[in-house]
Amino acid sequence: MTQRPSALYALPALAFFTLFAVLPMVLVFGLSFTAWDGLGAPRVTGADNWARLYADDQAHAALGRTLLIMVLSWLVQTPLALLTGVWAAGRQRGRAVLSALFFLPLLLSTAAIALLWQALLDPNFGLTAGVLAPLGDPQLALYTVVLVITWQYVPFHTLLYQGAARAVPPALYEAAVLDGAGRLARFRHITLPQLRHTVISSSVLMLVGSLTTFDTVLILTGGGPGTATRILPLHMYITGFTGFELGYASTIGVLLMVLGAALSLIVLRATGFRAMSSQQEGV
Amino acid sequence: MLRRSRPRFLRLCALALAAGALAACGTSGPAGQAGVTVWALQDNVLNPIEQQSVDRFNRAGGTAKLETFANDPYKQKLRVALGSPNPPSAFFNWGGGNLKEYVDAGKVADLTPLLAENPGLGEAFLPNVLDAARLDGKLYGLPMRGMQPVVLFYNKEVFAAAGARPPGTWEELLALVETFKARNVQPIALAGSQAWTELMWAEYLLDRIGGTEVFRAVKGKPEGWRHPAVLESMTRLKELIDRGGFGRDFAGVGYDLGGASTILAQGKAAMHLMGSWEYVNQLGQSPEFVKREALGWVPFPAVPGGKGDPRNLVGNPANFYSVSAGLSTVDQAKKFVATQLHDPGYVQALIDAGDVPAVSGLADKLAKAPNAAYTSWLYEQVRAAPHFQLSWDQDLPAEQATFLLTQLQEFFLGKLSPQQFVDALASRG
Repeated sequence: MTQRPSALYALPALAFFTLFAVLPMVLVFGLSFTAWDGLGAPRVTGADNWARLYADDQAHAALGRTLLIMVLSWLVQTPLALLTGVWAAGRQRGRAVLSALFFLPLLLSTAAIALLWQALLDPNFGLTAGVLAPLGDPQLALYTVVLVITWQYVPFHTLLYQGAARAVPPALYEAAVLDGAGRLARFRHITLPQLRHTVISSSVLMLVGSLTTFDTVLILTGGGPGTATRILPLHMYITGFTGFELGYASTIGVLLMVLGAALSLIVLRATGFRAMSSQQEGV
Repeated sequence: MLRRSRPRFLRLCALALAAGALAACGTSGPAGQAGVTVWALQDNVLNPIEQQSVDRFNRAGGTAKLETFANDPYKQKLRVALGSPNPPSAFFNWGGGNLKEYVDAGKVADLTPLLAENPGLGEAFLPNVLDAARLDGKLYGLPMRGMQPVVLFYNKEVFAAAGARPPGTWEELLALVETFKARNVQPIALAGSQAWTELMWAEYLLDRIGGTEVFRAVKGKPEGWRHPAVLESMTRLKELIDRGGFGRDFAGVGYDLGGASTILAQGKAAMHLMGSWEYVNQLGQSPEFVKREALGWVPFPAVPGGKGDPRNLVGNPANFYSVSAGLSTVDQAKKFVATQLHDPGYVQALIDAGDVPAVSGLADKLAKAPNAAYTSWLYEQVRAAPHFQLSWDQDLPAEQATFLLTQLQEFFLGKLSPQQFVDALASRG
C-alpha cells in the first residue's frame, strides 16, 4: 500500500471552508429561528419561521418550479452534452471550428446571456415579436428559462464528456471493430459504460446547479410574469433583500442547503460512485 | 486514516477560526471620523451638482464628504449601515414606509426643531412634498432632488390621426381604447414585467375613486384594503385590462430595456402612464419625437363621482436627505441639509439638469430654462395638488410592499379577481 498524503495537506482548504462556508451556514441556521429586518438585533421567535415555511403556498410553488427546472434541465442537457461531447472527441472535418462555436455561450457572463435573451425575446422588437411572447406568457416562461439555461451550460458539460471520451482506450474500439461491432454498438457497449462516472459527475453538477440557479432568472424574468418563474432561490432573495424578512429568508436558505446536500448524496449513493471502482477494469 | 486524525483536525480548525475572527476585528478600524458623510444614489448628471453643494458647505467651514452608490444595492447597503455603529451622517431616501422603519428603530434625527431654528426653511419647500417625509407630525427629511409625479404621456400624432383628444375622464379613456384598437394601435403601453409600472394604475384609480383617506387607512392595518373603493378601483382596472387596453404581451415588456417608451415614440402605442422622468428618457432615446413636439402629457383622468380630487398626484414627491440620530456629527449634518438644499446655486443647477426641484417660487426660473413647457407644467401640477401620494411600494413597509407587488402582477395576468386581490392583501399580517 502506498503512503498517503498527511491530513495537513487539507488544512488550508479546510480552514477557508470552515470560515467561508461552515460558519455562515451555522449563522444562517441560527437566523432561521429569528425575526430580523436587518435593523437592530434579531428577535428569537422559535420555530415560527419553520411553521410558516410549512404553510407557505408561495414557497411550495417555488420549490415545485425549482424541481421542475432541475428535472427538465437534466433531461434536455444530458443527451445533448453527451452526444456533442462524444462527437467532439472524434477527428471529423470541421470539428475544431464547430466545437469552438458550440463553446461560445460558456464564454459569456450570465448577466450578458440573460440580457441577450431578454432582448431576443422582447414582445415588441424580438425574434418572435407578434407571434409569441415567451417571457410574458406564464405558460411558456419557465420552459423559456430552461431553454436559456440549456444554451448556457451545455457547452460546459460537452467539455466534460469530450475529455472523458478521449480518455477511452482506443484498444477497446479496435477490438470491437474486429468483432464486427457497428457504430451504434460501439457507442452502447463501450463509450457509454466508459463514460459512466462522467455522467454521474455531470449529473450532480447539473442537479445541484439547477437547485441554486438564480442569476439567470433574476435578470431574465425577475421571477415573472407574476410568479411564473419564481424559483426557490429567487423567492429567498426577494423575501430577504426586497421584503427584508431576513429570518424567514434564512429558513428558506437552510431548506435549499439541505436539499442540495441530500441530492448529491442520493445521486452518489444510487450510482455506486462511492465504490470508486476503476473505469478500466478488464482492460 | 481520517478517523484517527480527527481530533487534531478540529484543534487546527478552531485555531484557524480564531485567527479569522481576530483578523475580522482588525479591519473595522477606528470608528467615526470627524467629518459628515453624505450618502446619495449614483447619477452621472446629479452627482456633480451634489458634490458642488458639499464643496460649498466645506468652504463655509464644514467637513462633509459625498459617497454615492448604485441603485440596486443601495437599499441593502443603507439598511446594513444604519443597523451598524457606523452609519452615514446624512443619507438619501424616498420617504414613506422605508423611512418609517428607520425612524421606528430610532436611527433618524427629528428635523422639526430645525424648522423653528431656521425661519423660512419650512416655507422654502412645497408643503405637499415635505409631507412625504413627515411622520406623526415630525419632519425626518428635506427634499434634495427633483419631483417625480406620474403623468399620462401620449403620442400627439397618433391622436391626431385618429381625430381623438387626450382623455379627461375614465369613460373617455375606455372609449379611446376602442378607438385605437380599431386602428390597430395598442391603446396603452405598459412595461408589465416590472410590477411598479402596473402599480401606478392602481394608485391613481384608488385615489380618484376613494380619495386619499383609503390608502392612509391601509397603512395602519391590512384590513383597510377591504374598503369598497379598493374593490371598485380594481374592478375598473380589470375592465381596462380585459378590454385589451394594454395589449396582450405587456407582461414581457421591461421598462429598463425601453420597450414601452419606444412603442409610444414609434406610434405603435397611443398612451403611456409613467413617472415624470419619461420625458428625459424620451429625450435621450427618441430625441426627434420630443423635438417635433409629438410627445404630449396630461394629468391622470378624473373618475366622475369619485371622492378624490382630480388634481391629486401619485409618484415620488421627491428624494430626501435624512440625518442619522445619535452621531457626533448630527449638528453638522443638520446644518448641511438646512443650508444647502434650497441654496439658489444648487436649485439652479438642478433646473439646468432638467430636474424640477421641490422648492417654492420657481415658476419664473423654470420658464427660462430648457424644456420650459414641460417643467413649468409639472411644477404647477405639484404646486396645485392638494395631496401628493408617495408610491405605495415606497410608502408601505418593505415586506408588505413586496407582497403587494406580487399580488398585483398576478392580478394583471388575470390570475386573481378584484375580490381575490382584496382578500389576499387584507388577510396579510
